Amino acid sequence: MPDNTAETSALTQRLDECRRRYPESDPAMVADVVRAVLTTMRGDLTAPETSLLHEVEELGQVIANAKAEIEALRVDDISASHIPSATDELDAIVAHTAMATEAILETCEALDGIADRLDAEYAAKLQEATTRIYEACSFQDITGQRITKVVQTLKRIESKVTQIVATFGVAGEMPGGEVDFAVETEAALLNGPQLPSLAMDQSDIDRLLASFD
Amino acid sequence: MAIDKAMNVLIVDDYKTMLRIIRNLLKQIDFNNVDEATDGAEALAKLRSGSFGLVISDWNMQPMTGLQLLQEVRADARLKSMPFIMVTAESKAENVVAARQAGVSNYIVKPFNAETLKEKIEKVLGHA
Repeated sequence: MPDNTAETSALTQRLDECRRRYPESDPAMVADVVRAVLTTMRGDLTAPETSLLHEVEELGQVIANAKAEIEALRVDDISASHIPSATDELDAIVAHTAMATEAILETCEALDGIADRLDAEYAAKLQEATTRIYEACSFQDITGQRITKVVQTLKRIESKVTQIVATFGVAGEMPGGEVDFAVETEAALLNGPQLPSLAMDQSDIDRLLASFD
Repeated sequence: MAIDKAMNVLIVDDYKTMLRIIRNLLKQIDFNNVDEATDGAEALAKLRSGSFGLVISDWNMQPMTGLQLLQEVRADARLKSMPFIMVTAESKAENVVAARQAGVSNYIVKPFNAETLKEKIEKVLGHA
């Protein structure tokens, strides 16, 4: 069997050079052009060249399929909306657990203050209980670090998705199908807890309700 | 050897909550003179300008990590013998080895309990 390594290497170099010189070119269009040119040369091709042509055609098809699949996934939504939203939610979890932990610690410190006024036996029991609570509160540090790692991973995914979108030149918008308006409207109301920066507090809600009176 | 619980202890962690937890646990075992820093650089400045008998430090902090702080402490003629306990969530063997090679006095993995903290402090100060 003939050794195609040198030819493949040379072709790879040429393709890399083309990619560098024409970064904005649509891979599918390039594949079409190459296919058209090579088709006119079929009669002149050797067996290894024909095999290589077949590989290039298959590669073109793989690229076209990948592009179609990425378009169907609406990957631009992942980097533009889903990941930023997920990281905001995770940041909010860290902030809320930190606030709750601080409140617990404050209460424990108050209990420790009371222990000074109890007899030795009860003071010891109370201190033992507050010690357990202090220990348990260290969860906030651990979960905070774990969530930070998740956020960093999400940001790496976001970066990779952005690269993929740029590489394949995926369009921003895909035509959507018909939607059930009633279902869509209710779904828009079901968002779970709001981020603090977007949420109304109880006094805002009370004022809003009062405005209807 | 009796431990001087009136000594100044510096606790270093970028999580304020963790600082508060450690401060309270130290208070329960009668260490009441506790100062805080939120990264290695702030801690180093406090160590160089103050008089401390023990450092309890987290590892993963910015801009100066706990390991860098430890290295600075061991390289400082006045501070090089300072008892230094690393309290961190980094629990891989290579972390412990690196800390030991840098001269850590003891190493506690988060989450930890009060008994572990007490035991390590007594061990470190007993040998100081």
